[in-house]
Amino acid sequence: MRLRLIHGRFFGCEREEVLIEDGFFVNKLTGEPDRTVDLQGAAAFPGLIDAHCHLRDPGYEYREDIASGTRSAAKGGFTSLLPMPNTNPVCDNASVVRSIVTKARSEGYTNVFPIGAASKGLAGKELAEYGLMREEGIVAVSDDGKPIATADLLKKVLQYASDFDLPVLNHCEEMSLANGVMNEGSVSTELGLRGIPSAAEDIMIARDILIAEYLRLPIHICHVSTKGGVRMIRDAKRRGVRITAETCPHYFTLTEEACLGFDTNAKMNPPLRTKEDVEAIQEGLRDGTIDLIVTDHAPHHQDEKEIEFSLANNGIVGFETAFALSYTYLVRTKILTINQLIACMSSNPSRLFRLNRGAIEDGMPADIAIFDLENAFTFQRDKMVSKARNTPYDGYRLYGETRMTICGGRITYEKLL
Amino acid sequence: MTLRSKDLLGMKELNPEEIDEILRTAEMMKMVLSSGNKKTSHLQGKSVVTLFYENSTRTRLSFEMASKFMGAASANITTSGSSVNKGESLIDTARTIDVMATDILIMRHNQSGAPHFIAPHLKASVVNAGDGMNEHPTQALLDMFTMKESFHKLEGLNVAICGDIYHSRVARSNAIGLRKMGANVRVAGPATMIPPGMEKYGCTLAKTVREAVEGADVVMGLRLQLERQNKSLFPSVSEYARFYSISPEILSHANPGAIVMHPGPCNHGVEMPTVIYDSPQSVINEQVKNGVAVRMAVLYLLMARRNQE
Repeated sequence: MRLRLIHGRFFGCEREEVLIEDGFFVNKLTGEPDRTVDLQGAAAFPGLIDAHCHLRDPGYEYREDIASGTRSAAKGGFTSLLPMPNTNPVCDNASVVRSIVTKARSEGYTNVFPIGAASKGLAGKELAEYGLMREEGIVAVSDDGKPIATADLLKKVLQYASDFDLPVLNHCEEMSLANGVMNEGSVSTELGLRGIPSAAEDIMIARDILIAEYLRLPIHICHVSTKGGVRMIRDAKRRGVRITAETCPHYFTLTEEACLGFDTNAKMNPPLRTKEDVEAIQEGLRDGTIDLIVTDHAPHHQDEKEIEFSLANNGIVGFETAFALSYTYLVRTKILTINQLIACMSSNPSRLFRLNRGAIEDGMPADIAIFDLENAFTFQRDKMVSKARNTPYDGYRLYGETRMTICGGRITYEKLL
Repeated sequence: MTLRSKDLLGMKELNPEEIDEILRTAEMMKMVLSSGNKKTSHLQGKSVVTLFYENSTRTRLSFEMASKFMGAASANITTSGSSVNKGESLIDTARTIDVMATDILIMRHNQSGAPHFIAPHLKASVVNAGDGMNEHPTQALLDMFTMKESFHKLEGLNVAICGDIYHSRVARSNAIGLRKMGANVRVAGPATMIPPGMEKYGCTLAKTVREAVEGADVVMGLRLQLERQNKSLFPSVSEYARFYSISPEILSHANPGAIVMHPGPCNHGVEMPTVIYDSPQSVINEQVKNGVAVRMAVLYLLMARRNQE
């Protein structure tokens, strides 16, 4: 299959046209292209990489599966996904990794690079088999959904993961402080809901920084949502601690006030915080304290969200809104340049997880995403291709609608070009 | 005037004019109640259902009496003995009640926001009879009615609310409602039981119960749930009683003519000693009595709105 893309604004490279053959970017086709796509001035980026999502497969296919999740991601411009291991069975051994990778190859619309469990069964007690899982394709380890349980275990996880060059991703939450259902503050008081103080996140980030600094080993902080977290990560980076961090679009677009009216689509973990936190996250992205924008795509069934607020599951879907929210709320507002955004959503995750992607370069896998940056569109949740509908962004006017996604030279999403 | 919403979900959702309308309607209902014949026909041919997921004496009984006095066909469901025990979801239970031509569904639930969640799905009007730690609007309305009876106004009144503010839906509804009506609200209790951000709603935090009571016209105690001791929110009942109780000494710092209130049920000797509970300053039984009139007013106004549609 030979593809020729013309009349695009190609970012991450200096060129007039992009040529793709047998799944890779090339500087010359060996014959006539099978298809020439006129991008009509649309923006072309290296395919987006989501380093934190939940595909729910195996075990929770009623919420999402590899086919529906990757299809939803392709619609959002993603070409590579790193699903978290909290499936059922847990992705904590080579055979589960292999089954995910195999299924993704046959049914998927994106590359899938699984993240293995840091501890067996996510139980926070014993190390999982990092080496055997790595042979089947994991690119990192994490106990996401919960923190790596103790400082002692984290120390061992960082040490052992370093033998296999696997990044360690930690969900930061001091559990003894985390028995609420939203951010603790004036809104939780107003709604009579139990709050989780921002200190619950900050304490765990502080712990992780100290252990990583002590060991001189790298650590990656998941979904940062607090001002204090940004400040500590910034300070740690200045001191030379090998720390990276990510955040999600909801932490720079929404505050705890989204919970007013008991909207369960504003219920997530970590919880939506205050305006001050949102501004700190934006600043952290701007000055490079936060390296990645991830979705934390967390599909849930209607019956798990359309219930009493305290009983509802945490999380929202994110694939189909992540780029447009980031572009609209960060680039159009001039907080980030477009190149910074590409770094956060493609080249940085590629480098951190050694994926050999994140650029439009001859010889690289042909992963590319094409967006309309000029015209606003209305995001409609009933048009989503994910199995789930749990999003707070229904009806938002956004910029950055996906026009086409190409993964490994294959067109995985296309909307009227 | 008519209420803006088909439901009564909380004091947050009411504006001052609506609060005033409910309180003035309750005055008329109280006159009906004090006449020899308690029957009215405002809810004739209408149906009212109470659905209680938590225990209640005063609230449930007063709603039930209110709807009976007004001629409604009324029924009660509690969680024991209903399909809730078979694991039926809240929304399915609520819809089941709704499709039986229910006009008003009065619900108490242990989860904050439960009535807000079901209300948009139902044709019936939903009345919140207490939801988790969020609100208990008819309690606040009957408390405000009782204050108005004593002082003929709410604006400018100094109200001290003392005790476990954090877990109290009564405190939340009163604080929000009273601020809307121009009263000054001071709260006090163990710091472990004061939620953050009360100042944002115009409440003043007092360091001690005595400081809150100083110059107050109304002193309101809140029920202490004794099981909270296990959660390290206070060390013991005796220590609580010693430092946070509304004692005669503390009460002597209130304004002359101050009234003492409590939503009940009261732990005697904990929130306040029996001498205060039974004192002439106490309007606690008056509160209960006014509960029926206020709930009649709420039912009347919600039904008037329904009849217009």
